Amino acid sequence: MAEIPILKIGDCLLVSIQVDMHDRLAMALQDDLTERIVADRARGVMIDISALEIVDSFIGRMLNNIAAMSRVLDAVTVVVGMRPAVAITLVELGLGLTGVRTALNVDKGLALIRRIIDNPESDDAHRNG
Amino acid sequence: MLTETVETMPLRTSDDVVRLRQAVRARAVAAGFGLVDQTKIVTAASEIGRNTIVYGGGGTLRIEVVRNGQRQGVRLTFEDQGPGIADIATALRDGYTTGSGLGLGLGGAKRLCNEFDIRSAPGQGTTITLTRWK
Repeated sequence: MAEIPILKIGDCLLVSIQVDMHDRLAMALQDDLTERIVADRARGVMIDISALEIVDSFIGRMLNNIAAMSRVLDAVTVVVGMRPAVAITLVELGLGLTGVRTALNVDKGLALIRRIIDNPESDDAHRNG
Repeated sequence: MLTETVETMPLRTSDDVVRLRQAVRARAVAAGFGLVDQTKIVTAASEIGRNTIVYGGGGTLRIEVVRNGQRQGVRLTFEDQGPGIADIATALRDGYTTGSGLGLGLGGAKRLCNEFDIRSAPGQGTTITLTRWK
């Protein structure tokens, strides 16, 4: 089974999903990332989905799970690069990805991760307010 | 209305879900669907195809191109011989699931299509037909 590479940049992990994922691959990525967060003491996780042509409820759940697990492990997850047609479809499907932070591209995603790591209180205030 | 069957494919494993997404995408492109319409029908097909495998124990997908005057559409028929659905109205409700999913599959797929038909009874399997028009 093809694996999705996880790159380490400083204290962040970067994943760029370039293949049409079957469900087992999505589950494997979730497990691999969780282990790498701990092994690499990562503070941020960025998931680039700009190559994904669809996000269905299974992939959406995977993104939600990764965000929730990384939060428990004191890391921040940001999903970047969602295509407009995917965003429109996700909302109609009923999947808001409410637990997942998003940014338009990799640059903005890294800046967001940095801001949240450096100033966690502002993020809590933003999310709860 | 003219109906032309383009292909029938088996749905057994999660690899088949990837194949069905590619097949439905290719057919939607050929029918002249725009990017958003392509994405909607492929996403709906992914949801229902997974249900056919996980809850129906596997089955088949028939892809058809339908024409009604100038309109062209893609119709997808998912069929399984699984346990069936006792309460269809409840199964269509967002958030309801008997498995480990989010419970968005059926209701969400219905919202992503123009026509949605479900036939099922306990012990009788399930047939779901989705149509999206260009």
